[in-house]
Formats: sequence, C-alpha cells, structure tokens
Amino acid sequence: MKASKSLKYQGHKLNSTEYQIEILNSEAVGNVPLFQDKLAQQQMFPLTASKLDTLQVNVGYMCNQTCQHCHVDAGPDRKEIMTKPTMKYCLDALKHGNFDTLDLTGGAPEMHPDFKWFVEEANKQNIKTIVRSNLTILVANKKYHDLPDFFKQNNVEITSSLPFYTKSRTDAQRGQGVFQSSIKALKMLNEVGYGLEKSDLKLNLVYNPTDSFLSGDQLTLQNQYKKKLKEDFDIHFNELFTITNMPINRFLDYLQKSDNLEDYMSRLLDAYNPNAVPNLMCKNTVSVSWDGFLYDCDFNQMLDIKVNAYNHIKNFNIKSLLNRSIQVNQHCFGCTAGAGSSCGGALS
Amino acid sequence: MKDNYYDPKGLKNFSKIKDFQEPLGSKFFEYYNAVFKEGGLTKREKCLIALAVSYATQCPYRIDAYTVNCLENSTDKTQMMEAVHVGAAINSGATLVHSV
Repeated sequence: MKASKSLKYQGHKLNSTEYQIEILNSEAVGNVPLFQDKLAQQQMFPLTASKLDTLQVNVGYMCNQTCQHCHVDAGPDRKEIMTKPTMKYCLDALKHGNFDTLDLTGGAPEMHPDFKWFVEEANKQNIKTIVRSNLTILVANKKYHDLPDFFKQNNVEITSSLPFYTKSRTDAQRGQGVFQSSIKALKMLNEVGYGLEKSDLKLNLVYNPTDSFLSGDQLTLQNQYKKKLKEDFDIHFNELFTITNMPINRFLDYLQKSDNLEDYMSRLLDAYNPNAVPNLMCKNTVSVSWDGFLYDCDFNQMLDIKVNAYNHIKNFNIKSLLNRSIQVNQHCFGCTAGAGSSCGGALS
Repeated sequence: MKDNYYDPKGLKNFSKIKDFQEPLGSKFFEYYNAVFKEGGLTKREKCLIALAVSYATQCPYRIDAYTVNCLENSTDKTQMMEAVHVGAAINSGATLVHSV
C-alpha cells in the first residue's frame, strides 16, 4: 500500500486553515449564502448545544494511510499525537461531563502508543467507546494483530470506513491494496464475534462518495453492502453510515484541482435540508484535538475554529459548553445536505 | 448564453417551465416526481433507465442530471456505460428497422 504525502508535508497552501476558510467564503465557491443566514431563516441561529453525550477525542494525525479525501490530512508523515496527561484530562472530562460515549478518532487511533491504556481506562467508567478504525491498521503490522481480541475484551464499538464493496472504488479513494486489507481485517473481526447477528459486539461501516457527489439513501446502500459482502466474502456487519465529504483539507484540494469546488458547494446548498439541523452532531458532541483544544466537531477542529467557551480540556467546564453558541462556517453545508451527515451517518 | 445553445447553469432553471403555464407545469412535476418514486423498480433502476433515455434523446441537461443521480445511487461507471449502450441499441434499432 503506497501512501502519498500530506498537505502539511508538501508545504501546500491549504495547510493554512485561515486560507481554507478564506476560500470557502470567497467567490471561488460561487453564489452561496452564509450558512448562519440559512439557519437564521429557520430561527435556528445561533446554533446551541442541546445536551452533551459524546466526547470525540482525536488522539493524533498519524495514520498508515493517506486517503485522497481525508478531511484530517492524516498520514504517516504526521507526527502530532496526544500526550498521556492530555488523555488523563479527557478521562476526567468524561466523568465530570456525564458523557455516555467516548468516540476515538485520528489518524489511526490504534497507532497511538497509549491507545490501549486509554481504552481500558475509559472502559472502567462504564460508557460506550467507539473506535474509528481504518481496518487496514489491524493487518498492517504484527503488533496490531491482537486488536480484535482487545476490542472484544473492552466491548469497543468499531466504526470503519469502507468506501465501497468493490476493490476498484475503495482503492481509488484510499490507496492500492486497501480493499484487500480491509476484507482481511473484517474477517478477523467477524471471527471474534463482531458484526454477527446475535452478538453484542458492534461493527459498523461508513460509506462516503468517491467523488464530488452526495450519498444515496443510507438504508438502500446498507442493504447492497450487506448482500455483496455476505455473498462475495461471507462478511457481516451491523449498520452502514453514509457521510458527506467535507470541503476541507485534501478533499478541498481535490475539488480545486478538478475544478469542482463551485459545483460541489452549489450541490450542497441545493440539498440543504432544514430537518437535519436539530440533529446536527455539534449539538451533542465536543471534539478534542491531539493538543487538548476543544471544538464543536471534528471539521471545526480541522479548520481550527475553537469552541466559543473555555476551550482547553484542562479547563473543562460543562456549564460553559452547554451554554455556548456553536461556531458555524460555510463547510457546515456538508452536514445539512440531503439526509444530513454526521459521524453516525444520515440525520434524517 | 452568448455562444452556446446550452448552458449547464440552465439545468437549475428547469422549474421555470411553470412561468407561462403554471397549472400544466405543476402537473408535469407532480407526475415526474411520482414516476421516480420507489415502486416495483428501485430508484437506482429508474435512474439507470433515465440515463439510457437521456442519451438516446441526447438531452444534455438530463445526461448531466442522471449521471450525477446514478453516481449518487452508487451505480458504477461500467454499469452506466452498459445502460448507455442499451439506449444506443434501441435508438439505432429504430433507425435500422425502417429500412426493412
């Protein structure tokens, strides 16, 4: 599996978050109204938190893959990882914030040297732990081969990207050899009980379009995936989530290079679904970056738009977070397009 | 539309067919939306049929719209091309049959 280089490593202009925000608010995206004005039209601006149930922790941008559409700009050349003291602050916040879910993401969270410790400590709090695994990490190196058993012992819920049930589409987006490795990893997970009908071990897959289009119907795609993965590989899983590609980092780079930025933003705007707004994940999630800063979501994190509250995990303040107004910008049209999009799939 | 008859941005103006004939335009859209609802055929199958017909009738707006719809419904490009050939076969057959 040949990985290319991150935007940061390339010294790309898009490595600047200010520049990305500037583009998203410029004529380059065409005639797109301000997202906050769309919210105001339905009396939903400012957007506020409804509750806090999920702490999504990005433990670092290091990854064994360099996927074409990655909004994180993760890759093997990224060295940013969370320190253990910051992880301890996260565990404290989990307890004091009464969160019911810890959502671990990256990069490849499994590559973090304290990953297992973090999961075990979180497990002591009797909450749900989700690990966003890219699957290929399980087979990338012998030291990760025990992860399926580790996940099982700690009752981890696994959510993994599989752009499609064919090699050509998956490898086109995530790199040569990813599909084959993903199938191998899924079989390993099925073998220990993940995704099976009578098992409590949850294995979910994530679909995102391989081009500048929106997703089709989530349930229809889920049925297709289940049928094909079972027929072709005898692989089972629980749910499929559809996610919209966000015009951030490498996907923004792709949109610019393919001269699709204006069309894509227009597509997102045309598909604006006001019914998706009440269920937006920023209303019940707080995102933590590798260096401990707080964001309304992973996408705001990648654009370095910090929360409108005490914004570091060491100053975690539940009241300040519950009373905050959520920071929005033009990329938010991605989460309100069509059936809406979130880390848990379609919103409506 | 200075140099071309077709402007891709024109696709967004399709609803303007109601401008001079609102009742008929509305009836058209009601019928159109009903046709494309999931029924005995899935939305995906209907998109592929629409794609084939779009090519056979050579409407660039419909070609644009249904190419996107097919891709959004996770139809791959080999399947789409197969549908285009179905349209081509029917269209050319209609030409040839008049020779007999």
